[in-house]
Amino acid sequence: MSDTDSTLRAILKDVLGLSADRVAAFDAATGLFGDLPELDSMAVAGLLTEIEDRLDIVIEDDEVDGELLETYGNLLAFLEDKVAA
Amino acid sequence: MSAPQPVFWHCPGPDGQSPEYAIAHDRGRKHRLLIVPALFDEANRMRRMLVDAMDRLDQAGIDSFLPDLPGCNESLQNFTAQSLHGWRSAMQIAARHFGATDVLAVRGGALVFPASLPGWALEPTKGATILRQLVRARTIAAREAGQHEDSAALLEQGRTEGLELAGWRCGASLIAGLEHALPQIEGQSLIAQGQLGGGGLWLRAEPAAAPEQSAALAAIIAAEVKA
Repeated sequence: MSDTDSTLRAILKDVLGLSADRVAAFDAATGLFGDLPELDSMAVAGLLTEIEDRLDIVIEDDEVDGELLETYGNLLAFLEDKVAA
Repeated sequence: MSAPQPVFWHCPGPDGQSPEYAIAHDRGRKHRLLIVPALFDEANRMRRMLVDAMDRLDQAGIDSFLPDLPGCNESLQNFTAQSLHGWRSAMQIAARHFGATDVLAVRGGALVFPASLPGWALEPTKGATILRQLVRARTIAAREAGQHEDSAALLEQGRTEGLELAGWRCGASLIAGLEHALPQIEGQSLIAQGQLGGGGLWLRAEPAAAPEQSAALAAIIAAEVKA
């Protein structure tokens, strides 16, 4: 598991209040926005801001679309690209 | 153990003195802690944890007071008329009213707490960070509704006309104040989330209790206040 992967899981655990076991079971196809009722626009905003803080990146407005937050795999791939850039 | 009591204090508003609500454990003891809550939705997410910490402090022989910021929670004042400056004055008035000897500022509460009191700041945060998150929630909600809103344009509008963010009708002065406000820590001790264990409750999508965090927070304050 990459550092970005473990950081993202830790943030989701904090935001969603899930157990470490449940978050560890997330895979690339696990649905986020739309599948997790807790994840409304306010929670997503908090999630993205916390990701920026912990990964030391900036996520622009136009990078946040439905696809980005559709699945765990999409979000992780986006962040791994950002961190590598 | 007794439950905390609702009490009132008076704060000047645009229409004269306005009664404001606080919850309190007040038995006239030597140590009297004013708790300045986090701002916006973070206050709701952390309230139960703080109230449980107040119960623990009561058992440790420490009085505590958790006032509403004017315009928030039970306050009858108009939220749109609020500013960081106004909240700062209000928290000074509350500190005097309750005879606070110490203060705990929580997250954005560190932007408006009475810095002349000794005490603690729990994970203080910048105004710009709070604002960025609120504006982002608005642009995401707009996108869901099939519209496009630009953060920079929203902020520009906010500075001149005010802006509705996550259901909060923020006045121009509040937006302008948040953009540059930094926590005003003057010798207070910082408490990091890691000292409480678990994840920060302000991050949580839904409000929740965290008895172990309440106990850890009260233990830190009780140990240091009596040192």
